[in-house]
Amino acid sequence: MTIAFDEMKEPDGRPRPAYAELSAWLGGVAPDVLAYRRQEAELLFRRIGITFSVYGETEAEERLIPFDVIPRILSAAEWDLVHRGLEQRVKAINLYLKDIYTGREILKAGIIPDDMVFQNPVFRPEMNGQKVPHDIYVHIAGIDIVRVDAESFYVLEDNARTPSGVSYMLENREIMLRLFPELFSRHRVAPVENYPDELLATLKSVAPDTTSADPNVVLLTPGVFNSAYYEHSFLADKLGVELVEGRDLFIKDEVVYMRTTEGPKRVDVIYRRIDDDFLDPLTFRPDSALGVPGLMSAYQAGNVTLANAVGTGISDDKAIYSYMPQIVKFYLDQEPILKNVPTWCCRESDHLSYVSDHLSELVVKEVHGSGGYGMLIGPAASSAQIAEFRAKIKTHPKNFIAQPTLALSTCPTCVDSGIAPRHVDLRPFVLTGRDRVRIVPGGLTRVALKAGSLVVNSSQGGGTKDTWVLDR
Amino acid sequence: MLSRTADSLYWIARHVERAEYLARILDGTMRLTNLPLAYVGTSNEWKSAIATAGNTKLFEDNYPEANEETVIHFLALSTENPSSIRNCFETARANARAVRTALTAEMWETINTAWIELQRFSNDPGTREEITRFLRWVQETSLRFDGSAYRTMLRNDSYWFTRLGLYLERADNTARILDVKYHLLLPRLEPVGGSLDYFQWAAILRSVSALTAYHWVYRESVKPWLVADLLILNDQMPRSLANCYENLVRYLDEIAGMYGRQGPAQRQARAIYNRLEASRMEEIFQHGLHEFINEFIADNSSLGAAISQQYLM
Repeated sequence: MTIAFDEMKEPDGRPRPAYAELSAWLGGVAPDVLAYRRQEAELLFRRIGITFSVYGETEAEERLIPFDVIPRILSAAEWDLVHRGLEQRVKAINLYLKDIYTGREILKAGIIPDDMVFQNPVFRPEMNGQKVPHDIYVHIAGIDIVRVDAESFYVLEDNARTPSGVSYMLENREIMLRLFPELFSRHRVAPVENYPDELLATLKSVAPDTTSADPNVVLLTPGVFNSAYYEHSFLADKLGVELVEGRDLFIKDEVVYMRTTEGPKRVDVIYRRIDDDFLDPLTFRPDSALGVPGLMSAYQAGNVTLANAVGTGISDDKAIYSYMPQIVKFYLDQEPILKNVPTWCCRESDHLSYVSDHLSELVVKEVHGSGGYGMLIGPAASSAQIAEFRAKIKTHPKNFIAQPTLALSTCPTCVDSGIAPRHVDLRPFVLTGRDRVRIVPGGLTRVALKAGSLVVNSSQGGGTKDTWVLDR
Repeated sequence: MLSRTADSLYWIARHVERAEYLARILDGTMRLTNLPLAYVGTSNEWKSAIATAGNTKLFEDNYPEANEETVIHFLALSTENPSSIRNCFETARANARAVRTALTAEMWETINTAWIELQRFSNDPGTREEITRFLRWVQETSLRFDGSAYRTMLRNDSYWFTRLGLYLERADNTARILDVKYHLLLPRLEPVGGSLDYFQWAAILRSVSALTAYHWVYRESVKPWLVADLLILNDQMPRSLANCYENLVRYLDEIAGMYGRQGPAQRQARAIYNRLEASRMEEIFQHGLHEFINEFIADNSSLGAAISQQYLM
């Protein structure tokens, strides 16, 4: 395997310019100071109650995501590249979604096979011909990016449904400001604290035309048992909007209302953190107790905006992912700024046989999986696991894609033995409103805490870092 | 605000208040049972503590007898008793989590920290010293929670709904103590002083945090009818029924003012308050203290239902 790109150090061991101050500081700081700050950070997180739940575990209902106190740094030039790439990609995604649910030019042009869209469970026929306010489908996107060398940033995944993690981006910064004021004073770090304001401006900008001057925005959560509940309540608080559950809302004459102590109040924009399947038991899963009966009728009547729109899964699906470079070209007539990881779709027979023969070198993912579940990391897998996956992809080739194992870049990280490089990724959050695209500089850096591990998901033992974008 | 949010705020305050009350009951009972029998008589104080908490049936179904160990376990630590101190904190925290955005950071941290610390207390009551420390901690938590609400919340409907929960629960608790101990408070024909009941009266006062207040108000030794007067009619006394209702009327009016509409809850609260204001202790004794308290408990819970009906669902 190729040697991973070390974000702090040049191959000769000298620090890269953006990391010069941090590297000098790390060289001078006593190990017990770092250890002490680590403990302090954990205590703060626990006190504030920033926890997540892991599905399938009853023991630890609420766990902390490990936080690493060493920041990950991007120079202004690096961020500029990423920023432009993100804006381009999300613009293309929105144009693509509008096309898929209306004219379908991209299918007519033969760029994406029809059945990949129409036979895909995340395609929502309910959205056919449906107009959404201001033609925006994905208002909030969390694009996962990895870096492999000085110039190359790859998109690993487009999260265009209900991406989470932004609360960690914000809290990580707050904790760092509290614990390391002296380190901040040596840098000029672009702020992220305005994210909630940007989000609210975005959500208000996409209210239906029929609503009053000051639209009523709410955040819809599945409730306290959802693994991201902390984030939902955190964001509602920062936005200054009501955090509602399905039972707080009802539909009358195709208009959404919430039950308040003063009687029913009209709702204009719903930032929903519930999956499509659970939104409305009358349209989607009838057994869902989380949603609001009749919500789709109000949505289809144009009386409420859902952010994100229904049916955006057809843009971030892992099988569609491999077509993203063509999608960018088709709608924007531009070369993609952010690269795509080469992807084999097992649905195509020549790809399938290649994947089957090279499993030990590849990462195999389920098309509809997420959170690092149900994937095979070839180089780290036993021969039994490989044999098991070989059988799986033969039986259901359409359900799997494969990618080469990328040498993800590394950042210095506090581990038991001291400070050591660990692999990281980055999830910036891209907001698309009626007026413009907004991206706060940085995002959530996730780090694989186990030596050599490439899996950064929190459910699989990953941690997070504060992400600093410098002004030069 | 969302009805569900108001409902949670109201119940968080009720549960924290109830936890403090239970801690006070247990504290007072431990003191009484420390005294030689000659000072307190032969009644089972632990049984009386259960009755005061209002949960006799559930207790008897689960424990062979009422003694220090079983009662402390039941009222403080039990996971089976929905109104144990442990479960009060559990429920308050679950509610707080569901409406975090409606709480201030200080309130949330108090309740969350209490919940984390609670995990450290095992199911075993432990030594007297440990249980005493536990009960003190419960009271401190309640004080901190109430104090942070008072100091940090905006004075709007969120705050007022927490006040409604607090005063409704407090009125109910005070009335329950009176209900169990009313026979001790009836005026007697024989001269009092040095009576067997003196320590019982002191224990009642202590369990509503009113022993010092009593002396300031009446400037004489503890007399049963004055204890009753203090806890029912004295509107300076923060746990008296009259004071609780003065506050309930006030906060219901604040809510009605903000929403621009009076309703059944306001009318009921005012009716109960007026009745208390018009009462004199002599009449209450004539009419029957026990009957008076029972009526009050029923009225109080019907006000709770009216508040729910009007705002919380």
